[in-house]
Amino acid sequence: MNAIETLLASVLQKHASPSRREFLKTSGRLVVSFTAASHLAPLAAFAQGAGPYPDPDYKQLDSWIVIHQDNTATFFVGKTDLGQGTGTAFRQIMSDELDFDFARTTCIMGTTNITVDQGGSGGSDALQTDGYPMRRVAAEARRVLLDMASQRLGVPVGQLSVSDSVVSVTANPSQRVTYGELIGGNRFNIALTGDNINQTTGIAKMKSVRDMKNVGMSHRRDDIPSKVDASPVWAVGVKVPGMVHARNVKPPVAGAECVSVDESSVSGMPGFIRVVRERNYIAVVCEREEQAIAAARRLKVTWSKPTAAPFPSSDKLFDYMRAAKPTSSPAPTANGDIEAGLKSAATRIEAEYEVPFQGHTSIGPAHALADPSNGQMTIYSNDMKSYGLRTGVAQFLKIPRDQVRVVWMQGPQVYGRTAADDAGFEAAFLAQQIGRPVRVQWMRDEETAWDTKGPAYVMKMRGGLDAQGNLVALDYEALAADYGHLGYNEFDTVLIAQLTGRRKQTPAAGGYDAPDDMYAVPNRRSAGHVVSLPLVWETPLRTGNLRDPNGPQVTFAGESFIDELATAAKADPVDFRMRLLTAGKTDDPNFKRARSIAVVKAAADKFGWAPRPSPAPRATGDIATGRGFAYAYRNQTVVANAVDVEVNRRTGRVWVKRIVCSHDCGLVINPEALRGTIEGALLHGLSRALHEEVTFDAEKVTSVDWRTSPTMTHADTPAQIDVVLVNGDPNPNRPDLQHYGAGEAALKPMLAAVANAIYDATGVRMRRAPFRPQRVLAALKG
Amino acid sequence: MANFTLSVNGRPQTVDVEPTTPLLYVLRNDLDLQGPRFGCGLGQCGSCTVLMNGVATRSCVTPVSAVKGPITTLEGLAKDGQLHPVQQAWIDEQVPACGFCQNGQMLTAVALLQRTPKPTDTQIRDAMAPVLCRCFTYYRIQKAVKRAAGVQA
Ligand code: FES
Ligand code: FES
Repeated sequence: MNAIETLLASVLQKHASPSRREFLKTSGRLVVSFTAASHLAPLAAFAQGAGPYPDPDYKQLDSWIVIHQDNTATFFVGKTDLGQGTGTAFRQIMSDELDFDFARTTCIMGTTNITVDQGGSGGSDALQTDGYPMRRVAAEARRVLLDMASQRLGVPVGQLSVSDSVVSVTANPSQRVTYGELIGGNRFNIALTGDNINQTTGIAKMKSVRDMKNVGMSHRRDDIPSKVDASPVWAVGVKVPGMVHARNVKPPVAGAECVSVDESSVSGMPGFIRVVRERNYIAVVCEREEQAIAAARRLKVTWSKPTAAPFPSSDKLFDYMRAAKPTSSPAPTANGDIEAGLKSAATRIEAEYEVPFQGHTSIGPAHALADPSNGQMTIYSNDMKSYGLRTGVAQFLKIPRDQVRVVWMQGPQVYGRTAADDAGFEAAFLAQQIGRPVRVQWMRDEETAWDTKGPAYVMKMRGGLDAQGNLVALDYEALAADYGHLGYNEFDTVLIAQLTGRRKQTPAAGGYDAPDDMYAVPNRRSAGHVVSLPLVWETPLRTGNLRDPNGPQVTFAGESFIDELATAAKADPVDFRMRLLTAGKTDDPNFKRARSIAVVKAAADKFGWAPRPSPAPRATGDIATGRGFAYAYRNQTVVANAVDVEVNRRTGRVWVKRIVCSHDCGLVINPEALRGTIEGALLHGLSRALHEEVTFDAEKVTSVDWRTSPTMTHADTPAQIDVVLVNGDPNPNRPDLQHYGAGEAALKPMLAAVANAIYDATGVRMRRAPFRPQRVLAALKG
Repeated sequence: MANFTLSVNGRPQTVDVEPTTPLLYVLRNDLDLQGPRFGCGLGQCGSCTVLMNGVATRSCVTPVSAVKGPITTLEGLAKDGQLHPVQQAWIDEQVPACGFCQNGQMLTAVALLQRTPKPTDTQIRDAMAPVLCRCFTYYRIQKAVKRAAGVQA
């Protein structure tokens, strides 16, 4: 074993449950199988391929489940768990389908040559989409095992019972056999079907929800122990023999061209190895980390500034967006006749809302280690889409996919398309250039300035009420700076492809989103336009998916404006919403309208919401208090947030004292892990509501560290958070109740809920996020 | 380069590095520790926290030549295979999301509880405020600090 094999083995040992250690003991090949030719999953089946890392074949049961002689099981799934407990949840659903003792299972995720390609993470689809093939293959394994038991015990399957991986004859329970005895150490050799991995299935049917016993239990997350005891589970901590350290040198001005690099400015520095430059991509490689940092700072590079400004400064951004000619205007969605509806209204109001660019701003800047030894390429990364990284790197380096693998490991916060993608490509590129393992680590200013951004939005709302205060017309028109939007791990759009000039010609068209609600409004239109900034490539203001990519922006407008309409109608904001939800008579196939009604009601009940119009009667004193409400759905998950705020009229500081979140994501697999995920999403939304904004002058991003790019801290934390898990399905006990995603939805209504509460407290409407103290103070002074 | 002898987690360790080398890189790269992590290198986030003489200290802005006194990292909290009460509270409250920041959170909490065994809510907020979490696990962290302190959550 080389050092990394030892490390990986120790990673598995270290955060292993007893069963995982058993697994290691009983499958010695696991420990020694990290070398290129063999595999972590000793029984997995592989598709044909030339290189050392062929794809595990998802149509073979052995690729998903291994049952060991000691009656433990290992599940191999193609997902990554970014700290939401999805890995534990996968064990729960698969244990239930398989009838296995949960405590004797482990789950291995996201390493491209040992786990089937389920795409890694994204879109909160871990359970909503990818959980189903896992359930079906586990059910199939149970079916096969019962057949084997029937032969072994000489009784028909119908006369057998199974519990915790022990099969017994129902009429004579002393006649029994364990799964481990039936198959331990051997292959299932069972072919599965399905045109794509999401459709993977055997013959067996999934269980009824009623028959699942681990589902609904708050098993402790199995990733947590290794995160509190400094186990070597982190991509930042991997070391391989001969590895060296690289730091990037980024253009000081967006769109600048590198004229020349003076290597002699650093070549005498300790540990210096090489400057690698291709067009505008520049990196310095040194033996030690601090040497690479020093050399990258010292390197003399001559840049020529672009002739035209790459973008307006951030204080002129929204003016610029309003004046810009849209690059595309996708067809609006509409019902009724919006203009006629507005014209007929007794009361008409309109308002515009603005959300700036906001960043991922990961707590740990992007990084990756690439090892090019023996003609293969291994990348150690925390990228949530390890499979895409593998394919993209192979394309970028023009080497066969089968020679590339990505080992997914723990890492700092990844809630979408982050620079973890970029760092993986850079490490692989540099490793190929240097011929040694290279670790790339972005610096803080680089991360904060150059990571992908959530798009800025300007949203114009118009609404009309009839004489009774009913909403008869609702118009939404967005301008989204969602230009040149980046996909995940695309070999021709990652930052190094742009900077080296190996990018594709035409940027993605981008798009816009509209509010997601189930309000029935007779005349309604949602329209939008994509606007671009002058510099589309090689810009630090590139956009990419950030946790619920457009939801927080558009819901800020949509749900703030609903409150403005409620005020115009002199109605209570919750009652007003409830009327709009109950006005519709049809529902969607997943009962989203019924579930929306249940969720709104649950949030109001838990909060103790007493009906009255907003704003609250004015009180005197420095501290104004108020409450706010907002609701939305994301995909199939429905959520409503109610908050209590204190606004300090003297300082402008807003403190959200209490959050109530009611949340319906269908069948809940692990309530405690779900609550943790929801709390994180709520506070992420709060941080974006109160603090987060990318600032820039007309040359470069100026928010580059935690002073210039403030985030929520312990001091802002609410005193109380109540999460109410709702099951608003009209038939909540149905056997096929589905599990929907939960990684993002709770964030979505947060900006609007806080803005509505500030209005309730002060009578001042914040239509521009974030609600930083200076901005609130200025608004209060009016 | 120069030799520096440090006491890390109760053991003397000698390294040969430039005097200006941040303690963070010595701990991570020379001594192979995983606890302290690079988050900003600017003393602004707390991910790199270690205890120096029991005081929460940012190893990214502490040159190795400025180290005075024994260093404890996350690796050094557990004793005789028993997790430190703060680590145990972190498990009991199921605190971490990605977990990257939790080194700084836990060590800052340990230092707080050494100074102030029964902190008030305000003392917890004030002491923990400089340690950032971008998964926003703050609410659970504060509960875990109270649990470790044995004060009512
Ligand atoms: S890494 Fe040291 S304070 Fe941020
Ligand atoms: S747990 Fe991810 S940054 Fe704190």
